[in-house]
Amino acid sequence: MADVNYSEAEKTFILHGIQDKFPCREDGRGCEDYRHMEIETGVVSNTSGSARLRLANTDILVGVKAELGVPSPEKPDSGCIEFFVDCSANATPEFEGRGGEELATEISTVLSRCYDNSGCLDLKSLCIIPKQQCWILYIDVLLLECGGNLFDAASIGVKAALYNTRIPNVTVNQEDDEMEIELSDDPYDVNRLDISSSPCIVTLSKIGHYHVVDASQKEEACCLARLMMGVTAKGTISALKKEGWGSLNPESIFDMMETGKKIGQVLNTSLLNVLEEEEKSGNKRKTVGFLK
Amino acid sequence: MATVDIRFVGARGKKDNIETVEEIQNLVTPGDIITTDTGFMRGHGTFMENEKLHASVAGVVERVNKLICVKPLKTRYNGEIGDVVIGRIIEVCQRRWKVETHSKLNSVLMLSSVNLPGGELRRRSEEDEKLMRHYLKEGDLISAEVQNIMGDGCLSLHTRSLKYGKLGQGTLLSISPSLIKRRKTHFHNLPCGASIILGNNGYVWISPNVNEETDNTGGYEQNLEPVPNDVRIVVARLRNSILALADHHMIIYDTSIMYAYEASLLFTVKDMLKPEVTSEIIDLIQQRMELEGT
Repeated sequence: MADVNYSEAEKTFILHGIQDKFPCREDGRGCEDYRHMEIETGVVSNTSGSARLRLANTDILVGVKAELGVPSPEKPDSGCIEFFVDCSANATPEFEGRGGEELATEISTVLSRCYDNSGCLDLKSLCIIPKQQCWILYIDVLLLECGGNLFDAASIGVKAALYNTRIPNVTVNQEDDEMEIELSDDPYDVNRLDISSSPCIVTLSKIGHYHVVDASQKEEACCLARLMMGVTAKGTISALKKEGWGSLNPESIFDMMETGKKIGQVLNTSLLNVLEEEEKSGNKRKTVGFLK
Repeated sequence: MATVDIRFVGARGKKDNIETVEEIQNLVTPGDIITTDTGFMRGHGTFMENEKLHASVAGVVERVNKLICVKPLKTRYNGEIGDVVIGRIIEVCQRRWKVETHSKLNSVLMLSSVNLPGGELRRRSEEDEKLMRHYLKEGDLISAEVQNIMGDGCLSLHTRSLKYGKLGQGTLLSISPSLIKRRKTHFHNLPCGASIILGNNGYVWISPNVNEETDNTGGYEQNLEPVPNDVRIVVARLRNSILALADHHMIIYDTSIMYAYEASLLFTVKDMLKPEVTSEIIDLIQQRMELEGT
């Protein structure tokens, strides 16, 4: 990741701030607070669904494209979901060329692991003709600015984009042995995805003896190890990954999981509320996009 | 208590639209034709093509007699001799340090233009050269003054005063260099219990109060003791106040920072990250500034 070398004294300042009895991070947050987030869905017109998320300085654009394809032989009766993450060199010059590839694959693996669970997203509904035709959802995540906590931001963006996704209705006509698919022309004749149980990633960074959520870039530099978990609205954990060079005590992993579960539930419910609120505000709203 | 603060963009205050500022005159984007008159001289931020003067940056056109310049709205730091800057050491080289100062090129700090620990003034020996990383290593933050600007625009810095030198515990902010007001002094010990250094290069350093008599050692002795919680909250509040000012494009100097700090006392530090709270704070500051005529 875009790493600046911070000085010993700066790191000490952050570390002591978290160890305090009443933790005060450098921007005054407590250990379990997220920074301000802003979200907009339907920003890219030529996708099936899209969202843009800004979490403090982190800027993420997600597009979902539904295409017809052949289901995988292992799961002939369900659709597919494919993640692709692109780290734009606009975010940091280090991403130029192939510089961002490692981070991009890391994010997409964690995302696909989170969604690789039948309870997260009903992929069976994406199947049209078993073994022959299904919808494949291509989810493209574009990283436009790095301000720390990329994994959480990416997952929130993905969930919002899936909420916004509209897949055209399909009717199957059977003539003798031939199956014929008819795609609806009506732009309002669409299916939506049920995202009520899809997960958001919560990253807990271990700094000193304590853990924090939503670490800023500076805090990420002080962090020894972090735990990423996909948490659904019900509080179930769909994926878990430890990252970083430090090791974690089993007890602290348990603590972190408890915190992550609690925060994940809050995160999921507030995200869903915001998305519903945005939808209610109807078509009158103008897309703001990248104009501030 | 965990808090998650998500909004959708449409819910953003409509206030900005009503309160449209009067349009800035002479605003150009790159490639715009400034004039077709050939009687003018080409200044910074412009180029000549087909006998027409074009802008090469987005900004405001400024004219001094026959010279036309475009002053960019967003820019890297263009150094001037005597400026106070804050920088981060990125490399230790032969007899010099490379320093990142938010300018186009990395600045250099020569071994001969630093005060050695203990304030000795002597020729720098080979011994000193070997100890360079001991004084300042990669990642360290320093405050310095611009000593010279070289032909290619690279800055040469010096720290030959006890007020400059290595920085200890605190928070670094990066804002646009054009928002920092040029003043006689850029070092302030604020009454609220923290001190700030406003670097002309847009870097702002906030740290717990320093005792001027005893602590001005050029920063070679670092105090890594935990900072008390109340001071830490003051530092965080100042950080958020300065960022709020920068977000609303207000000029940053000691008075505006103190006004922002005092206006922010109505809210908790954490709430200052929310946009509606910052705009309220900014309103309060603007009212107070009009009232006091500053």
